Amino acid sequence: MQDALAVLGCRAAECAADIGAVWLTLKLATVVTVLLMLAATPVAWWLARTRSRLRPAIGAVVALPMVLPPTVLGFYLLVALAPGGPVGRLGAALGLEQLAFSFGGLVLASVLYSFPFAVQPLQNAFEAVGPRPLEVAATLGASPWNSFWSVAVPLARPGFVSAAVLGFAHTVGEFGVILMIGGNIPNKTRVVSILLYDHVEALEYARAHWLAAGMLGFSFLALLTVYAVAPPSFRDRA
Amino acid sequence: MLIQVRLAGRFPGPASSPPMSALSGLFALGMLCLAADACAAQVQVAVAANFTAPMKEIAAVFEQDTGHRAVLAFGASGKFYAQLKRGAPFEVLLAADDKIPARLEADGLTAPGTRFTYAVGRLALWSPKPGMVDSGGQVLRRAGVKHIAIANPRTAPYGAAAVETLRKLDLPGGFEPRLVQGENIAQAHQFVSTGNAELGFVAVSQVYRHGRLSAGSAWIVPAALHQPIRQDAVVLARGSANPAARALERYLKSDRARAIMRSYGYER
Repeated sequence: MQDALAVLGCRAAECAADIGAVWLTLKLATVVTVLLMLAATPVAWWLARTRSRLRPAIGAVVALPMVLPPTVLGFYLLVALAPGGPVGRLGAALGLEQLAFSFGGLVLASVLYSFPFAVQPLQNAFEAVGPRPLEVAATLGASPWNSFWSVAVPLARPGFVSAAVLGFAHTVGEFGVILMIGGNIPNKTRVVSILLYDHVEALEYARAHWLAAGMLGFSFLALLTVYAVAPPSFRDRA
Repeated sequence: MLIQVRLAGRFPGPASSPPMSALSGLFALGMLCLAADACAAQVQVAVAANFTAPMKEIAAVFEQDTGHRAVLAFGASGKFYAQLKRGAPFEVLLAADDKIPARLEADGLTAPGTRFTYAVGRLALWSPKPGMVDSGGQVLRRAGVKHIAIANPRTAPYGAAAVETLRKLDLPGGFEPRLVQGENIAQAHQFVSTGNAELGFVAVSQVYRHGRLSAGSAWIVPAALHQPIRQDAVVLARGSANPAARALERYLKSDRARAIMRSYGYER
């Protein structure tokens, strides 16, 4: 065991810190993915089917985190989450604990940051389904709610898988926003990407390497899943 | 420069002649500068985050007094070290500690005999709220203080000094659960100034202007509570032949530069 740890470039106590960060990252990504799927599905559904004039504007707002530097989101969150800021005051009125430097804060930031990565595959999948199967379901007497669950969702399954995997992977790979609002607290806000950065800054390259290589392997597997699961027709559209 | 002139010449049309002549003018000036060593030159400087404000001021008077221009990059010393090891184009490093310049010297990346202590930093416990921090740091014992911001003690000397100070103060209930870490001292300051952390240990230079506190309330941590924060500078090997790098090395020891450092709370 001692030798196995030495290969990773860390002593027992240090490895515990690294493993704690890995565990925290997986926990964060899991919570965020569940919330993302709940929030992204209705938005993607609306964007795929609406004829509203607001569609381009809402679509652009949803896609913003894809092009914004994470520092912009991080900076605004830092200002908004402060006890005197708008979100901070709302949270205090609701009796919530302060969000900056907390796991809850990271969840909120990650949901915002990864939102387009969940919405876009779902939107593409819903658009690929098209209105026709739903119209058929309606003529057969299915309620909109029923036809959504028994027709649209099964047909859009690859979109759900892509959205979940991308949302999860993007949260694991998040760095800039968490650096700005996390405060680097062990087992609370010190995720893998932050700890990796720490190791590099502290010139501990051996410890940095195993985290970096792990992230690389994980990201490849995540994308492999997305590409393996999506049927060719969907891939062309996405 | 020659390549640029040729490239500009390749584009036909009347629009190309003014930039063309401007470039050849610059080129001629460049040749003159090569001939006369005293001609104004540029120096690329990597500066520790805590020294940001005084260095901007020093660079301005350095240009006035010598004609040389200092191009400044601010950041964490550890990051600069990693970048310099891989050929980053800096010619002078103003580090936040004395370890990184010594390490660069051992690696053979510096101009021999140029390492010196340019400033000794002081730590302050700071809040943007007037009257919050008392002159003995007793505020740290208050239960209402949930977050104390520091710079990362693993990589930033001001962070290490803050942890050393907190240990010596022997606070009831300890301090570890209340710590939030910034990547460097600038981020520690940012956590406090945005109000996310109630208090933070920052560099005196971040909250001092013209020899007095610029905002909020602060306790200047007595020097006896932590190891002195000796900040060393060094001219890097690639800057050894640059007259502007050597001029900056001398200028940092001048009375005018010293006065600016003192006004930001540095000692030496």
